[in-house]
Amino acid sequence: MGAYAIRRILATVPVMAVVAVIVFLMLHLSPGDPAAILAGDQATSDDIAAIRGRLGLDRPLLQQFMLWLGQLLSGDLGTSIYLNRPVLGLIMERVEPTLALAVSTMVFAVLLAVPMGVLAAWRAGTWVDQTIMALSVVAFSVPVFLIGQGLVVGFALTFDLLPVQGFVSLGDDVVAFARHLVLPTISLGLVYTALLARITRATMLEVLNEDFIRTARAKGLAEPRVLILHALKNASVPIVTTIGLGIALLIGGVVVTESVFAIPGIGRLTIEAVLQRDYPVIQGVILVVAGVYVLVNLGIDLTYSALDPRIRY
Amino acid sequence: MSAAIEKPLALPAPRRPGWLRRLRRYPLPTLGGVLLLLLVLSTLFAPWITSRDPIEMEVIDRLLPPGADHPFGTDAYGRDLFARVLYGGRVSLLIGVTVALASTVLGLVIGVVAGYFRLADAVIMRVMDGLMAIPGILLAIALMSLTRASLWVVVIAITIPEIPRVVRLVRAVVLTVREQTYIQAASAIGTRFPRLMRLHILPSTFAPLIVQATYICASAVLTEAYLSFLGVGTPPEIPSWGNVIADGRLYVQLAFWNVLFPGIALALMVLSVNVLGDGLRDALDPRLARRL
Repeated sequence: MGAYAIRRILATVPVMAVVAVIVFLMLHLSPGDPAAILAGDQATSDDIAAIRGRLGLDRPLLQQFMLWLGQLLSGDLGTSIYLNRPVLGLIMERVEPTLALAVSTMVFAVLLAVPMGVLAAWRAGTWVDQTIMALSVVAFSVPVFLIGQGLVVGFALTFDLLPVQGFVSLGDDVVAFARHLVLPTISLGLVYTALLARITRATMLEVLNEDFIRTARAKGLAEPRVLILHALKNASVPIVTTIGLGIALLIGGVVVTESVFAIPGIGRLTIEAVLQRDYPVIQGVILVVAGVYVLVNLGIDLTYSALDPRIRY
Repeated sequence: MSAAIEKPLALPAPRRPGWLRRLRRYPLPTLGGVLLLLLVLSTLFAPWITSRDPIEMEVIDRLLPPGADHPFGTDAYGRDLFARVLYGGRVSLLIGVTVALASTVLGLVIGVVAGYFRLADAVIMRVMDGLMAIPGILLAIALMSLTRASLWVVVIAITIPEIPRVVRLVRAVVLTVREQTYIQAASAIGTRFPRLMRLHILPSTFAPLIVQATYICASAVLTEAYLSFLGVGTPPEIPSWGNVIADGRLYVQLAFWNVLFPGIALALMVLSVNVLGDGLRDALDPRLARRL
């Protein structure tokens, strides 16, 4: 366990280093002068020169990178050009809505997808299975914003049933917080549910063919017990791994959903930053999101290797 | 016996051509393929299907509901939505197909290098891990912000996040195949690397690559729509499905058909490609079929 954990933790270092290099180079490899990109369309040549000097863009590339990396490692993600405020602070202000939406979507999807996937695998080949799988292919193909806009139009007419816009902080009003999350969660959750249901079904089908399932049935265990205690428990590793890897997909969906429901989260921050060419903010968001993704997947892998000693990659 | 010899043997019932029988074994993917074909044909032959222009504005006909004159209604500038959906499909499909081709070709080359050359492998795979840690849409958004938007910038921005998965796939196949005895035999008789690659290793990657390219095509069409919806995608004057939806979104309360029809076209397109991809996977690559 110990050696594996250390190796797994160390493996995240090169990944994050590569992310940092990509994020850094993106601005420098793009066609055009980074200072001009940062300065925006209306900048005069003096503005551009000022930005170049302030950000040290006239120094050698490697020196710039080391400087930037040093700042990153001391927790400084840079300063927003447009708002002239630290990027980390801007991100922290916007974290709550995004996190709330991501978590509620995940919970919604798992609660819906796992039972559906188990049921489909248990009744494989029957109409139950076919219906669930057909629904999941459709849900996987419908764009998030189509479901979202449909819900917005539908619920905007029925007045106070559920809010179709905005976000209320958990600290301010718990009920309003939950009510504002319902529609975004449904529109984002369906895609994710579809993906998870497919994985759950595929993994369950494999496990249900194992000898120990036959043994469990042969010794007269009730079917729910076989399915949940014996099959699902053994199928859970690939399922949870998929949940972890699916976070990248989820974050992409969150960006779109925030836009549909006017939720002031990280996604909106990114879009605003892109429209204002506020490059330090874009870089900061990518670094933070990639870091979260890497950490969550590290956590999942470590938890599983602790619970299941057979897992060694 | 003697009678049988004199008379010619009764021929077995005429068999259907092989491809038709195979299609019957996969009814759903066939349906997906037919649907896709219809969508592709209708966008290709758009000028023959509608006489209207997707860009021409008739301000007096703003936000008309679907009717005889305008089957899908009109948008806020009085442009015919049916024409916009048809012509928009051309742009979306072009992006989908280009991204699928570009990312498979690039991924194939990089994957082969990673799979065959140990030294390059470590570096390439670390870079791919890093790319995969950044959510695709976020990376695409960031890339879009670097330069003025054009169709090609959109294609590049969507292609780059798709490459790592292809690289991983190709590398895995190359790693498995290169240890096979027939590869050892081939190199033992002096086959040079390019020939070895072309004749003995690359063919094993084709089946999974075709499947992967199908999924990438679907996901690229969706990503284009997401980017345009967010206002950072295809230049607004080009009517891609994403842009048509983004335009219609502002008036969705007044004229929901502005989002509904392009949205349905988009969903049908993605659905048909995904269903086709599932079928191809089952038919071509049973190993993948088990995994998903």
